[in-house]
Amino acid sequence: MTKSELIQRLAESHPHLYHRDVERIVSTVFDEISSALERGDRVELRGFGTFSVKHREARVGRNPRTGDTVQVAPKTVPFFKTGKQLRDLVNNSSG
Amino acid sequence: MESKTVTRAQLGEAVYQEVGLSRHESAEMVESLLAEISGALQKGEMVKISSFGSFSVRRKGERIGRNPKTGEEVPILPRTVLIFRPSHVLKNRINEGA
Repeated sequence: MTKSELIQRLAESHPHLYHRDVERIVSTVFDEISSALERGDRVELRGFGTFSVKHREARVGRNPRTGDTVQVAPKTVPFFKTGKQLRDLVNNSSG
Repeated sequence: MESKTVTRAQLGEAVYQEVGLSRHESAEMVESLLAEISGALQKGEMVKISSFGSFSVRRKGERIGRNPKTGEEVPILPRTVLIFRPSHVLKNRINEGA
């Protein structure tokens, strides 16, 4: 499912809303999560999961092709931990 | 800068501010959105949100684990786990903010 398919499905289950508004709802939600992470905040959605950021120290890496050592700058990466309810949902459906 | 926690309430509020539905319906739409994603993942579908990231499910086979406290060997049953891969856009956004 892509973002546009998600919008499509939500629009179908909420026929009283303008398609344009459903697009804005979906964009707003992901933009809000992204902004929170950008500020270093956590986004905790009970039953679904938690988005947070993790800091990675600078390190000396290696170009796997040439073997050259390279400095890898410190960085902050987004992280998602699946919530219990969603984890169980995904796990039990596979049978 | 202290770190805060954003919840469904703030996402609902953002939708309310941005789209102009009622607060109640805004909250309901956030819930529907999460339910759609969960439902797709439950069916084993991959969910790709451009400029945000993708959620996918991965099957893991059985393997032998160990209880770290007792050293006892225990089988870890086959299971399905959820993986989130952030998009480059999101990664870049977060690094510029840091």
